[in-house]
Order: sequence, then C-alpha cells, then structure tokens
Amino acid sequence: MTVDAPILEALGVNKTFGPVHVLHDVDFRVYPGTVTALIGDNGAGKTTLIKCITGIYPADSGEFRFDGRQVKIHGPRDASALGVEVVYQDLALCENLDIVQNLFLGRERIKRGLLDEGSMEQATRETLASLSVRTVKSVRQAVASLSGGQRQTVAIAKAVLWNSKVVLLDEPTAALGVAQTKQVLDLVRRLADSGLGVVLISHNMNDVIQVSDRVCAMYLGRVAADVPVTPATRREFLVELITAGRSGEVGIQGNEVTL
Amino acid sequence: MSAEPNPGEALSDFALDSSRQGLGSMLRDFRTRMKTGDLGSLPAILAIVVLVAVFGIARPDSFLSALNLANFLEQAAAVIVIAMAVTFVLLLGEIDLAAGYTAGVAAAVLALRLQDDWPLLLCVALSAAVAIALGLWTGTLVAKLGIPSFVVTLANFLIFQGILQLLVKEGGSVRIENGIVKDIVGGALSPTLSWVVAIAGVGLYSVSQLSRRRRSDGTILVSLVAARIVGVTVLVVIGVVVLNKNRAFATADNEIRGMPYVVPLVLILMLLLSFVLNRTRYGRHLMAVGGNSEAARRAGINVVRVRLSAFAVCGLLAGIGGAFLASRVNSVDPNTGGNDTLLLAVGAAVVGGTSLFGGQGRMINAVLGGLVLALIPNGLGLVAKSSPFGVEIDFGSSGVKFICAGLALLLAASVDAISRKRTS
Repeated sequence: MTVDAPILEALGVNKTFGPVHVLHDVDFRVYPGTVTALIGDNGAGKTTLIKCITGIYPADSGEFRFDGRQVKIHGPRDASALGVEVVYQDLALCENLDIVQNLFLGRERIKRGLLDEGSMEQATRETLASLSVRTVKSVRQAVASLSGGQRQTVAIAKAVLWNSKVVLLDEPTAALGVAQTKQVLDLVRRLADSGLGVVLISHNMNDVIQVSDRVCAMYLGRVAADVPVTPATRREFLVELITAGRSGEVGIQGNEVTL
Repeated sequence: MSAEPNPGEALSDFALDSSRQGLGSMLRDFRTRMKTGDLGSLPAILAIVVLVAVFGIARPDSFLSALNLANFLEQAAAVIVIAMAVTFVLLLGEIDLAAGYTAGVAAAVLALRLQDDWPLLLCVALSAAVAIALGLWTGTLVAKLGIPSFVVTLANFLIFQGILQLLVKEGGSVRIENGIVKDIVGGALSPTLSWVVAIAGVGLYSVSQLSRRRRSDGTILVSLVAARIVGVTVLVVIGVVVLNKNRAFATADNEIRGMPYVVPLVLILMLLLSFVLNRTRYGRHLMAVGGNSEAARRAGINVVRVRLSAFAVCGLLAGIGGAFLASRVNSVDPNTGGNDTLLLAVGAAVVGGTSLFGGQGRMINAVLGGLVLALIPNGLGLVAKSSPFGVEIDFGSSGVKFICAGLALLLAASVDAISRKRTS
C-alpha cells in the first residue's frame, strides 16, 4: 500500500527509570490508514513507549511530531486534544453504566443544563453502526451485561467517538475467545481502513500477521526492526525479532546491545 | 473519525432500541436481571406486600386503621430521609456511620436557636450549614487524605455524639415550641389539599412514565406502563380515602384528618434527588465514580471533588432528617439520631436495593426500604404479646424488633452480595 507521511512520530526517545535505561533512541512512526503492530517481549519497553507518547511519563529526550508539526505532550489531556487515544487492557469502563453513558463519560452532551440523552443515544448508535458493530442489542444495555468482546468494542468506540486520528490498543484480544478475537480484529482493520492510524500492541503473532500493515519490534529498549508486513512475513521471523532482536539480515547486528 | 450515520441499514441492528417489545422478551429480560442479581426494588416491594398482609391478618383492627397508617408514615419519614442521605455515599461505595448523629447535631442546633428566639429561616439555615460542614469534614478526610470512610465515620460517630451531648447538656433535652417545626411530622394537610396533592402526584407520575416511554420508543411495554399507572393510582386513592377519615380518638375534642405533611415532603425530596442523580452531569459522574473510580478519573472526572461533594450532600440530607426526628417528639435530647437510627437508615437503603459496593442504587430504594424497616417495628408493636407456638413471645419488645430489623438487613445484604458474586 502507499505510505503517506506519518501522522505521529516519536524520534530519538530516551527514558530511564533511575539506573535502568528503558528506552534507547527509539524511533516510532504511525501512519494514517495503517495498522502498526508494536511487538516485543515483556520488559522490551512497549508500554513505556506508549506512556511516553501519551504523556503519562515524560520522556528524558526525544521529539514528538504530529502531522509533521513538533508537539509537546505533557499529559493524557494533551494527547486527547491532538486526537491520540489509548484503549488500555483494563478498558476503564463503568460496569454499572450503560453503553451510551460510558461512551460519553466525562464529555456528556448538555441541553438546557441537563443531560441530552436523546442526542447521545443517537450518536452512540451512529458510531457503533459506522464501526459495523452488529452484536449489541441495545445501546442502553449496562456494560456489566456485555461479553468481553463487546466490552472491547465499546472501549474502542469510546476512543474513536472524539474524531481521533490515532488509536493505541493495548493487547485488545488478550482475554478473548476465538470468535470474539476475530470480531475485534475485524474492527481494528476497519478503523485503519477508515483512515485512522492504529497501533496494536500484541503478543499474538497470528493476530499481528493477520491485521497489521507494519510491524515494529522492540528488543531490550531498542527498536530491532520496523518493517512492512507482507504475505511472505512468517511467524518465526517475528518470534526471532522478539527473542533475539534480529532475524537474519534484519534487526540489531553484532554486540551493540548493552544493558 | 466522524460517525457517519447509515440510515435504514445498520441502525436496525440495535433491535431492542427500535422494535417494540413483546411480553415474552420483557419476561426474558426480567429473568436475566434476576439471574445477574439486578433485582432493584423488587424485594422491598414484595416485603411490603407480605408484611402488610401478615400484620393486616394478625391485627386487622389496629394495624389497618387510619390512625396507624398516618402514624406509620410519620415513623418512617425520618429513617427514609436519613436513608436518602446515606444512599449518596453508598453510591460511591463509601459509608457514613455518623449520619445519625449528624442529624442529631443539626437538630440540636435548630432547637437551640429556636429556643433563643432566632427567626425560623435563620435557624434552619444555620442548622443546614452545620450539617453541610460536618459532611465536608468527613469528605475531606475520606477524599483528600484517603482514610477509609468506615474509620473516619466511626470516629465521627463518637465525635458528633460528643458534640450533641455538649449542645443539649447530658441528660437534658431541648423542647421545640415553634409550630411550623412541630408540624413537619405530626401536622396534616386538609382533606381537600390532600386530594389536590394526590392528584398532582399521580399526574406527575403518569407523565414521567409516558414521557420515558416516548423517549425510548419500544423498550418499555405499553401494558406495563398502564399497569404501573393504574396500580399507583389505586394505592394513592385508597391511601387518601383512609387518611381523610377522622383518626382522632373518640374522646378527643378535635378531629384529625388528611395526609401528613411528611408524605409530600419526602416525595418532593425524593423527586429532587432522583432528578439530580439521573438527569444532571453531576449525578452521572457520581454513578461513574461509584462504578469504577479509575475509569472516571481517566475520563477526566475530578474524583476527589465528587467524593467530597457526596459527603456534603449526605450531611445536608442527614440534617434535614434531624429536623424530622426532632419534630416527631418536639424535642432534642442526647439520643436524637442515636440508638438504631443510623442502622435503620443504612438498612433501609440496602433493603431497598442500593448496593453496599457502590454504583448501584436509586432514591426510591431508600423510600421503599424505609417503609419496610418502619413496618417491622410498627406491626410487631401492635401484635405485641402472642403465643403462636405455645410459647408466649412479646413481639412488641424492642429486643424482638431489633432482631427482626437486623435479620431483614442481613437478608438484603445477602441478596446484594450474592448478586455481586454472580456477575463478577
């Protein structure tokens, strides 16, 4: 596929926690209309990178660019204002509230001082319909009554309701069964097809190969490879990148890796 | 991304939102709610029906009399108001064990100022301000310092009780002479006004039910709405007819007729608070913090402020409950708001279906639960001594009353806990 200019770039990001150097000169790019998989073993720095991008951690050094412009992100609100939303693994939904209430939580529509339920309900249906979500019987169902896949869908819908440009998904299929995983992966694909930049953090290489356009593999705080996914991309190749930081010609060569 | 409406096609997937529901799917829906433990106020309504039936059969003359109906409503009023207060913090998964003595202190302030001949409005304002201040004090310790509300309010239970004793002097009591305060609990509307209030209430209820149906077309069954409206109308008509009969003793000089003031007062308070919870942004945020405070925080809600405000509202409502308590006996003493007041209030909220774990509950629950917990001592007191199994038991003794109220609370808490287990 044609690669546009990146919508979001993190360049030369370094981050240390005390003596531990967690991110080494990391370059990471998200392209519009593209699913970029972010893979790596536990402790490789994926989550730290995401938290630096969304401003939860301040990066020690490095530059962030959004749509080509240099931006400063000091906190989650700055990231939201740019149109960067994260769906965390724990989803952060209120089970006692229904789908509409969760989608608009903290950003309720108000008419004459009161909640504008009708308009929020309609917008919820439209958003879910635009994501081709067909499994929800009523937008007034409490989240407690939804399945894991449906909850993931609601969390994703919540992220894209706000004209977001980039959505970061932290292991969206980790707790799901086969059928629900497929539903969520289809949704991830549709998000990208509608023009969003999607980042998929995953440990499941089958998921990665199935929906991703690019893959960025991290190894001990460095980017080992940032390559397109092609029909020829093999699972073993990705696993080697994760476990050894290289696979054949691709990856970190020699002994340049030090802790 | 922008949400493109896709008329005609995809919207039809939300079948329940757009299609009319039949009785079958309604029952199915009800069964799922039963299974997940989302019983709402159903157990409380059932309990009221059963208790009224049992006591009505046991003591048809005294229990079903006009005098007892009015007396019962007046007994329930203060517990209901304090239960509404506690509901506000229960919704956050917190508790206020000191709500009873908050009521007591507010009542003492009111009574003492009245005794000093301050103007009524000023007395009420000061009493309310003190109640809010006590709530803010609790809220600050819980929300800002992060001390568990159980511990904070346990300490406050002693502190507020101490303040109350200092205010009214140990062993003493402060009489209330002000006619208006005395009439809050004890006064009654004229029979004509009772009908006006009743008709207005039923009208308002019908309109709210019908408009809710119109807003979400299909999700609410027509026959169910009709049944509810008819049911409420019948109950209200019976109630007003009974209350409009003379309930004074035959030897008394003056007649007593009409709906006690507490009925419209409690209903207005309930409507107002339900409105705040359901229709305002503040109410939505309160429910969200109670459901998942981390999610609420990430959604940009100021969790600390919500917690703090909930305790302040709890304090204010408890203060109003204090005025009810004082009005019932026309005086304030060191036990006002003490004894079982708080336990009955928390019990009322929980019996009505409000969860102890936060995020689940409504104001109507406090009203229904309060009615249940007031029915128990009222009915038992009238049954008094009897020997059902050959053993003579004094059902009117406070020992039996306490045990029964405690068991009712345990039963309600078990329903709550079991439903939690099933859903998680």
